[in-house]
Amino acid sequence: MGKTIAEKILSSHSGIDARAGDIVLADVDFVMGQDGTSPLAIKAFRDMGGERVFDPAKVAMVIDHGAPSPNEGTANLHKLMRDFAREQGIILYDVGEGVCHQLVPERGHVVPGDLVIGADSHTCTYGGLGAFSTGVGSTDLAAALITGKTWLKVPESMKIVCRGRLPAGTYSKDLALYLAGRLTASGATYMSCEFCGEAVGHLGVDARFTLCNMAVEMGAKAGIIAPSGEVLAWVRGRSKKKFHPVFADENARYADAREFDVSRLVPQVARPHKVDQVCDAQDLSGVEIHQAFIGTCTNGRLEDLRVAAAILEGKTVHRSVRLVVAPASKQVLMGALREGVLKILLEAGATVLVPGCGPCVGTHAGVPADGEVVISTANRNFKGRMGNSSAEIYLASPATVAASAITGKITDPRRFLG
Amino acid sequence: MFGDDINTDYIIAGKYKFKTLDMDELARHVMEDLDPGFHARLKPGDFIVAGKNFGCGSSREQAPLALIHAKVGAVIAASFARLFYRNAVNTGLPVVECDTSGILDGDELEVDLCRGTVLNLTRGITVNTSPLPRFMQRIFEDGGLAAHIRKHGGFHLGL
Repeated sequence: MGKTIAEKILSSHSGIDARAGDIVLADVDFVMGQDGTSPLAIKAFRDMGGERVFDPAKVAMVIDHGAPSPNEGTANLHKLMRDFAREQGIILYDVGEGVCHQLVPERGHVVPGDLVIGADSHTCTYGGLGAFSTGVGSTDLAAALITGKTWLKVPESMKIVCRGRLPAGTYSKDLALYLAGRLTASGATYMSCEFCGEAVGHLGVDARFTLCNMAVEMGAKAGIIAPSGEVLAWVRGRSKKKFHPVFADENARYADAREFDVSRLVPQVARPHKVDQVCDAQDLSGVEIHQAFIGTCTNGRLEDLRVAAAILEGKTVHRSVRLVVAPASKQVLMGALREGVLKILLEAGATVLVPGCGPCVGTHAGVPADGEVVISTANRNFKGRMGNSSAEIYLASPATVAASAITGKITDPRRFLG
Repeated sequence: MFGDDINTDYIIAGKYKFKTLDMDELARHVMEDLDPGFHARLKPGDFIVAGKNFGCGSSREQAPLALIHAKVGAVIAASFARLFYRNAVNTGLPVVECDTSGILDGDELEVDLCRGTVLNLTRGITVNTSPLPRFMQRIFEDGGLAAHIRKHGGFHLGL
């Protein structure tokens, strides 16, 4: 019997012939923590009697969720991370470098076939390169910092086949929201989702990250896409690491296989307060919004900013809307500057934030007021997520968010696209 | 009693967790966005009972830690999200997976982790629980993953 991508990667990293259901102790290729999880990991590292990390070149800590620090408590936790990074000689991405899930692939730390763990649930993003990557808590991160290993249950895999090509005006975010709506927030719990089919095969690198990023919103442990030629070239341009792309065997065993024809997909929106409460954007066209946010580890990449700029060019953000943009990294920001994308966004009325997580998780920089409505390109719309439990958050693609920022109401972006 | 898909943002909101490592401070805010009076009503040793997919969302270990510091005795749910389940075992919060459909708010429960049962004293019903895998039991019995690593100098899971 053949193997899934998850089974192959976990076999090669544990040295045993691993199948779904097996528990393995696996060597990790890279580990990462952010500013909400690293401080506890550093504490656990000390509690465990840790002295040196297993390999400083394979460890990054990223200050992105509350950066620059909005208060003294956060500032002190950031200092704890900086001090630890200096002591251990690990990689530190400080304030303004970007979101962890953009930096890890962009700086070449992860390559196809890798096993990566990160103390952040959206670590599943790197499946966009064909790696097995998953989120862990701070104590698991600390154990990996010391041993270079983690235990994992080899997950069952779900094959998600997306037939047809995504129509104009729809993007990988619409696909991810559509799948979350169909499969539900617990529909892929503990599983590895292998996304495939014509629609997925044609996705560019940024779009692949978006789709895999959202796998955890269906409960999945990992989301993986077999790498395309474009992906391999992208990785070679960024990483000196040697790698062997991993593909599923023809006769691999899947716990479930689901097929969706996405050739008639229309722009999708998740309604408050659950990611799987998804409907067509056009069904919400009367909903007034007060803040529009483009950014995050889901949709803060250059391709996303380009799409938003194409819609906002020559237009003005509605007078009762704040449009907030947080590029996913400094490289993304520089790219947007070089291409003129930034100018278009600023001229339309956007506020551009420091590269990082922006207001996604309620730490700073765009907390909504009581009763306000936000439309966001983020991955979570839980009550209180952006720091105010009486605000409402809708999730959509950068195109839908940009279109809504212009009209002041939730808007199907296709009316702005030729 | 809570329903399905209780996420870690509800257990402890992001606006608090990025500021401090003081878990007693975080404990005062558990479940706040969902039920603002929750912490005030909570008595030491109370169980949280919930439906499917408890603890979905972020990887924040502050979620089980804040519940431990709020003196929650155990979380009993129909199922758990993997990150929360793993973090709970690593930090020493008892998590019990079983059919919770027959439990009503205020029922008196007795959880037996060794036998793998939840006894509903109010209704006179016993429900069997899905036991922790043996190697996770080792971590839990050592007092969590930090104590496990300290004790053995690395993973000692008996796989």
